[in-house]
Amino acid sequence: MIRDITIGQYYPTDSILHRLDPRVKLIGTLLFIVSLFLFHSFLGYIAVTIFLFSIIKISKVPFRFIIRGMKAILILLLFTVFFNLFLTPGETIFKLGFINITKEGIKSAGFMAIRLTYLILGSSLMTFTTTPNQLTDGLEKLMRPLNRIKVPVHEIAMMMSIALRFIPILLEETDKIMKAQMARGADFESGGILKRAKSLIPLLIPLFVSAFRRANDLAMAMEARCYRGGDGRTKMKPLKYSGRDFAAYLVLCAYVVAVISMRMLEKRIG
Amino acid sequence: MQIVFDHINYIYSSGTAYERHALKDINFSIQKGEFIGLIGHTGSGKSTLVQHMNGLVKATSGHIYFNGEDIYDSRYKLHDLRSKVGLVFQYPEHQLFETTVFNDVIFGPKNLGIDKLGAELRAYEALKKVGIGDDLLDASPFELSGGQKRRVAIAGVLAMKPEVLILDEPTAGLDPRGRDDILDQIKSLHEESGITIILVTHSMEDIANYADRLFVMNHGELIMNQSTKKVFARYKELEEMDLAAPQVTYVMNALKENGFQVPTDVTTVTEAKDEILKLFHR
Repeated sequence: MIRDITIGQYYPTDSILHRLDPRVKLIGTLLFIVSLFLFHSFLGYIAVTIFLFSIIKISKVPFRFIIRGMKAILILLLFTVFFNLFLTPGETIFKLGFINITKEGIKSAGFMAIRLTYLILGSSLMTFTTTPNQLTDGLEKLMRPLNRIKVPVHEIAMMMSIALRFIPILLEETDKIMKAQMARGADFESGGILKRAKSLIPLLIPLFVSAFRRANDLAMAMEARCYRGGDGRTKMKPLKYSGRDFAAYLVLCAYVVAVISMRMLEKRIG
Repeated sequence: MQIVFDHINYIYSSGTAYERHALKDINFSIQKGEFIGLIGHTGSGKSTLVQHMNGLVKATSGHIYFNGEDIYDSRYKLHDLRSKVGLVFQYPEHQLFETTVFNDVIFGPKNLGIDKLGAELRAYEALKKVGIGDDLLDASPFELSGGQKRRVAIAGVLAMKPEVLILDEPTAGLDPRGRDDILDQIKSLHEESGITIILVTHSMEDIANYADRLFVMNHGELIMNQSTKKVFARYKELEEMDLAAPQVTYVMNALKENGFQVPTDVTTVTEAKDEILKLFHR
């Protein structure tokens, strides 16, 4: 049941995107997200759409799998659209009682829907194609310069990778404890909100206990292997740019140029 | 027939990269009062199989009948099934959550809708059966030793008075004393109240001592379904599945090869002792 959440998961397959250096993917995702907020007309999103869908095609991640992940944010999306649609002041198009839909409202709701959907699609595409370890490696390397101003980059990256590593473990543990309590007649699905919240106690307490136990074990295991932070630490798989990474950077540059020229075109038209 | 599995298939995360055919066309039936052993190497589908028995996992295809009723029928109440088929998970002590041992064991019967007094009585009986003394009733379950915790967790399932008790590796990670205690308590439970027991384990010695019939799983398939002796007589096949026969079976086979006239279908140390003594008294 709980395993059906696909958002943020890694999807193991072999594509060019999977083999790219995580730094390229991180920068690419960042640029993509920025580009989403550049446009104020639907025309501008053509370039973005073409780019996003060709990347999805290249990634070899089944579209069905990606869509399944989107279900998790459907409510958030509906909320955003709802508020933008009804609460934006401007030229009234439709009015019924206190409901007041404006031209600006429709426009901004539409943009918000596109931006949010693309934002989630773009960033989940990064997690689909990059293992958590690669991701934190990439982040650590990208943030390395911050070390000079005393930001504990390695420690932050280590905390992130441990947190990411623990997500599937804790999900599995939740699943297991849930089943064990269901075998003892626990009911997580019926009843009012108060009863349901109360029924979570037999799940949450064992989960917390096991999370602390695991954290303790892990700290012990790391210390037993002489872990002492980032200074002078080497990597088994150091990140190194190869030809395809430079090619990917070129593609990104082309994308940025295309987006900026679209933006200028948009300005000139209207 | 108490439990019948009819062409059960189970596929994990179907339609994704993690798709796995965990159970392949499983068929068997279990009579009331049997003591079944379930063996198979790690990942062979044992745990998935037992989770089907109380409806925690729903099969992708096939039917399961409990006391003649189809548990996948829309009118069938799975909640009732779970009170009749008690399942003790691997490392059951990880599910303890209450402030005291006694309160934790009451959780099961209380969920069945039994009144307070009745639930307390059941909890007390169950704790007695697993050998937890009165002095521990008000202790926090988190203060107990590993073996004690496990017995409390087993009591939590026993207090629901199931007709079938399934134990998924109840002795994993326990010392020899704790292991024997738990297995002996399960055995006396089986003999006294006549409930059906299904024991999942990695220890061939344990299973030879207690089970009448064995199920052998391999890669999601039920390979063998025979009496304990017959299964261990096929120890060469078991070895191909990364399993083995009990040590004494090998001893008896070696004796036979070296010219001693002993039977080779011996699976327990006591039996082996009797047979060897018989040889010398002849």
